[in-house]
Amino acid sequence: MKAFLGFIGKEFIHIFRDFRTLIILFGLPVVQILIFGYVIRNEIQDVRIAILDNSKDPITRDITNRLLASGFFQLDENIQSPESVEAIFRKGRIRDVVIFEDRFAEKLEREGTASMQILADASDPNSAKMIVAYTQGIVSSYLSELKRNSKLPMIIEPRVRMMYNADLKSAFMFVPGTMAMVLMLVSAMMTSISIVREKETGTMEAILVSPLRPIQIIAGKVTPYILLSCINAVVILLMGYFIFKLPIRGSILLLFGETILFISVALSLGIMISTVSSSQQVAMFISAIGLMLPTLLLSGFIFPIENMPRVLQWLCNILPPKYFISAIRGIMLKGTSLAEVWEETLVLVLMLVLFISISAARFKVRLQ
Amino acid sequence: MRTIGIILQKEFRQIFRNKTMLPIIFVIPFVQLLILVNAATMDMKHIKLILVDHDLSSLSRQLSEKFIYSPFFTLVGSEFSEQESEKKMLKNEADLIVLFPEGFERKLYQEGLSTLQLQVDAINGMTAGLINAYSSQIISGFNQEILESSGKNTLMNQASGDVKIEYSFWYNQELKFKYYMVPGILVILLTLVGMFLAALNLVREKELGTIEQINVTPIQKHEFIIGKLIPFWVIALFELAFGLFLGKLLFDIPIEGSLFLLFAFAAVYLIAALGLGLLISTLSNTQQQTMFLNFFFLITCVLMSGIFTPAESMPHWAQEMNVINPLAYFMRVIRMILLKGSGFSDIRSDFLAISVYAVTAIALATWRYRKIS
Repeated sequence: MKAFLGFIGKEFIHIFRDFRTLIILFGLPVVQILIFGYVIRNEIQDVRIAILDNSKDPITRDITNRLLASGFFQLDENIQSPESVEAIFRKGRIRDVVIFEDRFAEKLEREGTASMQILADASDPNSAKMIVAYTQGIVSSYLSELKRNSKLPMIIEPRVRMMYNADLKSAFMFVPGTMAMVLMLVSAMMTSISIVREKETGTMEAILVSPLRPIQIIAGKVTPYILLSCINAVVILLMGYFIFKLPIRGSILLLFGETILFISVALSLGIMISTVSSSQQVAMFISAIGLMLPTLLLSGFIFPIENMPRVLQWLCNILPPKYFISAIRGIMLKGTSLAEVWEETLVLVLMLVLFISISAARFKVRLQ
Repeated sequence: MRTIGIILQKEFRQIFRNKTMLPIIFVIPFVQLLILVNAATMDMKHIKLILVDHDLSSLSRQLSEKFIYSPFFTLVGSEFSEQESEKKMLKNEADLIVLFPEGFERKLYQEGLSTLQLQVDAINGMTAGLINAYSSQIISGFNQEILESSGKNTLMNQASGDVKIEYSFWYNQELKFKYYMVPGILVILLTLVGMFLAALNLVREKELGTIEQINVTPIQKHEFIIGKLIPFWVIALFELAFGLFLGKLLFDIPIEGSLFLLFAFAAVYLIAALGLGLLISTLSNTQQQTMFLNFFFLITCVLMSGIFTPAESMPHWAQEMNVINPLAYFMRVIRMILLKGSGFSDIRSDFLAISVYAVTAIALATWRYRKIS
């Protein structure tokens, strides 16, 4: 036991000696959460628009004011002819041009109909979609108000309830994802690199001839990273809770249980990678391509899995982050209990068993 | 000049001797383009829809059909109780619940105003915004239809004051998200390959101790930095060409503007990015440190650059911080050139800024590189 404690002590010294890596390990989650919380916005806001209004009557002016007062748009310039639209879009500042036809109010009154055009720069298709939908919405609600005075308006109004996340805060989406990513980084990548480095520099041999048993070597390697991961997880949760008012609607105990389970899965993955890689670069490469990329992209972290092609959906299903993210998102934001997340939990447990048995079978007591 | 030539010779020989190098150069673009572009998609096609119809009138049925036949929604069930439908949303089995209250049709014809409820699973705010946009478009289209038909029926007001709103989406009429993502991913590809390889290469010499041998030669500091930079600069530019080729082949991305302009900008941008990578490696002692510093830097810059959310909607301080984010410039410019065909005059200020950046980065890296350890 004393030898084992000594071994853990050595691991801690290794970690704390490398101050720069340590700063990154604790700085990365903090910076990420702040970026996701404050910088990444889902809503469009202050989109620069140009307006072509040769009519300049009370109605077009009213509509323009409505558009600009909504907070979605800000007027960048007034243009005189449709020919200049192309040049404006190419400059890239303006994303939307609104064109009123000539004699707009007059036509509306005399002929009962007038037309306007919305030209959106769809090189960013999602924003374009929202820009058009919001402009339409603003114009039609203005028109229905105009008509409300004269006759029955005949309007169906949607009442929208944004469930679980009324303000559409992006932090709701990203806190669970960032947690998965950071835990992967610390548990899997760091562990695998640190074991492989011992192999590469030859110090593994010194440890192998010591009276420590293989299981103790692995446990000693892993213990410091379990601690680091737990600290990171708690920091992320606290930041989410206090800075972004992220609710924890379900049981905290269950949340921690799932987190510990995922940390174990990630650590066993790290050990498995270390048993198959010969150099630090290979370990980094496998971790980056095999773990970080999928955690970012194939987990539902940022992009919904349902939109992906079938093949990638299968790929998502065989990777652990998807299950962890889906489970803690449910527990934190929807208040689900173990009864609803048992499937995810079971899959993670099975993966843990699988990875541990593979690493146990491949771990070699002797060097080649 | 001759010295640089000799360093280059050494570097290229080392790069091509390394057997893992060629797979990295050719496989990463494939993996990135195939997986990232397909995974990073906001093309919402199967929004899981549940209808709760308490009205069961012809009006509610007509509007339901509009939702069902829209290409964006997939009906996964009709429920009669709100609790049941909410339970399904809790289990991720529904993204949108459309609820017609009792008296939906009657209210419209008697009071002229009727409401229906949309419940959106908003944990992912981005998709929730889109679901909301799609639904309100369907509803306002339906409103227009009712107005037109009622105007004809009642003959009450011919001049009912109707505004026809036409809209058109420029540069990407079918709103393909891939056209937006491929250029963005090319930026990440170039930066990832160039910066990581250059940074890891320099620090490996440190770790192995071979840098000492170079330090005792009369090679100048700037010659060494330039010699380390050029090989990866060439590789990264090759990656851009290869990536563009793959993007055209696999996704048929539009190339509207001048390729020459794109490569000219990329060349300057890469000097800035690689200069930063080398600066990072002069600051660190081990490959692990370099790796983590680079990773940290890259992921922060990528997220801030507006890869999947428009940079304009970011708060002002973030937009100002993007002045020192090299990726933000290239992310903007590559999309402008490829998708809109912008010319030199449109991107002149970006070009100037990135040139200043490149010079600064190289100067800093040279200054930080010490010939004594």
